Amino acid sequence: MNSTNKLLLEAKGITKYFGTITALENVNLKVHSGECLGVVGDNGAGKSTLMKVLSGLYKPSNGALFFEGKEKILESPKDSQILGLEMVYQDLALAGNLPIGENIFLGREPTRKIGFLKFLDFKKIQEMTNTHLEKLKINVKSADQKVEELSGGQRQAVAIARSTAFNAKVVIMDEPTAALAIKEVGKVLDLINKLKKTGVGVIVISHRMDDIFAVCDRVMALFQGTNFAESHLNKTSRDEVIGWIMGKK
Amino acid sequence: MEDKDKKQESLYIKLIPYFEKYGILLLLVIMILVMHILQPDVFLSWRNVTNVFKQISWQSMLALGVFMVIVTAGIDLSVGSIMMLSLMILAIVSKAGAPWFIVALVPLFAGLICGLINGLGITFLRMPHPFIMTLGTLYIFRGTGNLISGGTPISGFTDEVRYLGHGRIDLTWLGLEKSQYLPVSLVLIAVVYFIFWIFLNHSRTGKWIYAIGGNPSAARASGINVNKILIIVYSLCGFLSGIGALILAGRTDSGYPNAGLQSELDAIAACIIGGASFFGGRGTVLGVFAGVMIMGILRNGLNLMDVSSFWQQVLIGSIIVLAVYIDVLRRDFGTRK
Repeated sequence: MNSTNKLLLEAKGITKYFGTITALENVNLKVHSGECLGVVGDNGAGKSTLMKVLSGLYKPSNGALFFEGKEKILESPKDSQILGLEMVYQDLALAGNLPIGENIFLGREPTRKIGFLKFLDFKKIQEMTNTHLEKLKINVKSADQKVEELSGGQRQAVAIARSTAFNAKVVIMDEPTAALAIKEVGKVLDLINKLKKTGVGVIVISHRMDDIFAVCDRVMALFQGTNFAESHLNKTSRDEVIGWIMGKK
Repeated sequence: MEDKDKKQESLYIKLIPYFEKYGILLLLVIMILVMHILQPDVFLSWRNVTNVFKQISWQSMLALGVFMVIVTAGIDLSVGSIMMLSLMILAIVSKAGAPWFIVALVPLFAGLICGLINGLGITFLRMPHPFIMTLGTLYIFRGTGNLISGGTPISGFTDEVRYLGHGRIDLTWLGLEKSQYLPVSLVLIAVVYFIFWIFLNHSRTGKWIYAIGGNPSAARASGINVNKILIIVYSLCGFLSGIGALILAGRTDSGYPNAGLQSELDAIAACIIGGASFFGGRGTVLGVFAGVMIMGILRNGLNLMDVSSFWQQVLIGSIIVLAVYIDVLRRDFGTRK
């Protein structure tokens, strides 16, 4: 990572309570363009809660989010999408009964006006899908294929394609390789590296050290809802990061 | 050799979507042929064909409404009661001497409100499943219909009110005989089904209805207001039941307490036969139409052959199981596990 890269997203002092439970306490996070930040932590360390705060699904109890230096209040995932902040969910968040193209543009479909009525513009959806898949070098038989007919890796690729279809600046990925066959993991990691080269800031949440060390520039560990440790990848080791996850320094 | 195998396989894969789309129409055509062979003089006569369409006219409206609900992975058990309540309100308004266009609009409005109540209950009261909310309103709406009418039939509507259910389009200008007319209800079915086909397949809202059925959390994460779409779907289902009431008013010239009794089950059956999946996200408007037709033709054909209505029940039940089993087999081939 180049330190002159632009700071895209910053979270300062994020605290989140659920009733009497403190899920996050005073957590800070930064992502620059073209950089991949790995977020690690044990189950219940607060990774998913933090990501949901960043994507606007949860409102933080305390703390602030800054996007390109300006403070932003996110009321819903729609707000974060407008800023160029996209989330790739662990359960993929794809509708298996719909074709690839319609999944990529779900909720933001291009339409065509005929008289006063708006109709879906299927031709445009297909064109945009093909261009976009080509840009990311994702191979599928056809944009009309239903998502349920795809393999786990192809689905993950569609989910990533979906997150970047509208000029995303920051993409947050929750366990992007967890559900994949081993031979497909490499393809998804390649895709993440490709995204970085286009200047996108990527946040990867993962349990797998292999993934973290293959794509990330920086890694931060959460422990019991707090910032526990953080380092550039070349200044740490697998064993040290695993120690952080367990709460040992 | 290997190439040939590949070609055959890809041909097979190419055929699957067509089967998925049009397989049910094939079944319908086969059924029509069988009935024609069994009853060559009567079954395909003008009189009998128009009869079938008149008989299925109001059921087809309920089935279309229930279909949209099933696409969202929901269920609406109250459509029969919504139709009965709308019919009773129509009858009372008519008896009070309101002008015909008010009498005709009132059931549509009543149906819409009933559907809206279902939608609001499912979303805002956070009922654990639409089954429960609409089971409740199944009783509530029918009870209300009986309360306001005193549980007795109210008969006698004006011709304008009866037009959709009873009207005839004269075709003598085509050189046909006077008995060879086109029922208005047939034209209505075609128009309504076409509009909803466009709505479900070519509008954003329609696409989102399918998306909600496919994966509600994906729809939510895509910024789709799932609750709003569900409220729209249940309201439209109620509205279609209201159209059903208007047709039924025309056909029977009467508001009666047993109207639409158990017709919610017929509507669900038609959707299932037509290929809609209870898990949501699957099914076509054309399929529902075929499902309604299959049930209508089966009843009509068995009546023509003087088969007891008890056998009709057994056969309809068997067709439901068979249709779904074919669907299960198809999915074994069509989808990766």
